[in-house]
Amino acid sequence: MPVARGGSAGNLSGGKTLKTLFSVSMAAIMSGGMWASVVLAGPSDDKLVIDEQIEMTTRTAAPEGHPLDEVISGWHYRTPETRALETDTFQNPGMLAVEEGAQIWETVEGTEGKSCATCHGDASESMAGVGANYPKWDEDSGKPINIELQINKCRVENMGAEPYKFDKDGQKPLTAFIKHQSLGQPVALDLSQGDMQTWWDKGKDLYYRRTGQLNLSCATCHEDYNGYRIRADHLSQGNANGFPTYRLKQGALVSIHNRFRGCIRDTRAEYPAAFSDDLMALEVYVTWRGSGLSVETPAVRQ
Amino acid sequence: MKFTIKSGLASALVLLASTAFAASVVAPGDVAIEDGAVSKSLTGAPGDAAEGRKTFADRKLGNCLACHAVTDQSEQLFHGEVGPPLDGVGDRWSEAELRAILVNSKAIFSEDTIMPGFYTLDVGVDVREDLVGKTILTAEQVEDVVAYLITLKE
Repeated sequence: MPVARGGSAGNLSGGKTLKTLFSVSMAAIMSGGMWASVVLAGPSDDKLVIDEQIEMTTRTAAPEGHPLDEVISGWHYRTPETRALETDTFQNPGMLAVEEGAQIWETVEGTEGKSCATCHGDASESMAGVGANYPKWDEDSGKPINIELQINKCRVENMGAEPYKFDKDGQKPLTAFIKHQSLGQPVALDLSQGDMQTWWDKGKDLYYRRTGQLNLSCATCHEDYNGYRIRADHLSQGNANGFPTYRLKQGALVSIHNRFRGCIRDTRAEYPAAFSDDLMALEVYVTWRGSGLSVETPAVRQ
Repeated sequence: MKFTIKSGLASALVLLASTAFAASVVAPGDVAIEDGAVSKSLTGAPGDAAEGRKTFADRKLGNCLACHAVTDQSEQLFHGEVGPPLDGVGDRWSEAELRAILVNSKAIFSEDTIMPGFYTLDVGVDVREDLVGKTILTAEQVEDVVAYLITLKE
């Protein structure tokens, strides 16, 4: 061991010995930490309170017809460090994008000379609770509509502006800003609107459909094995209440359709286009599975 | 120029070797699982346990550690816990049973098992275009992993 040798090497190497000792003990701490996190299975018992004010519902009784007894936010499946980032809006890296969204809200675009604020005023009032109820039924298209598509509809029909392309320009920050106005509100979809139930049914079929060479469905991991580790990742229930969510892995906000596509891709399958009927149906169903959880946007995840 | 000739020769040799090899390999659709076992080697030859140990850990190949912990590979960080730990798996199953589980676990355990079949074309829908008709592992890689697993005794 270098440590023992350093001990008999006199003054000069004293510093080196200390350094070696330090790095050895750091390594011990780090590997200890890793094993601790491997041993620690299942969701944490922690409580999520944001800015010491907003008490979040991160565990709740599942809605009728849900295959699980309890609905649990993905927050519980992350490390203590990642969980801590979400408790403080100044520390939450996703809040930068929310602030960007706030600026977009006030920015005039398009031929009609309007911003979001021109019609909707103060988002903290006009958008409070709105994001918690999306996707909603859209009579015009005869389909469910999510926040991203609602923004595009407004841009085209009311602002005379180009619709945002998937995950481009202001789409993620503005969506996050709007959903953030529902922070702490329970996710609640109205499936009695239009044909929402039909889309829910279709989404459920897709949720249980195995895809790709790896032959996995959403349910295989997120229903059957949530709480277990798949390599370094801790499988969650895959709820949608925190989207767009800040993922440390990407160092950016990630939209729900991006995550759907990523998951399906990982089964080694071809994956549907963003906002396709398949992914809209999946969004309806997956969002419903998280009914009663607080909107966490922007959640912080691994 | 020299390089081109050399690599040309090398690929010709590889081609020759794989053609000779392919002759004795059992195709995925022709593997007979009987009583939860596949008694004969898929390649007609025994696998290489050392290679199998690598294939087991490689995230792009077996990626077995994603779901299974095994003390023999404790140098690798983060062993999964979705499947049972594999210490002593060579005591619990025979070589022929291990081969069958690797080939198509759904035929052995149940349709609902999370474990992918590594040498089957009975897979999910919408398979990525470039992987259609391909198995996760080759017959040779399956044999290597079988050879490795059988060394895991307690």
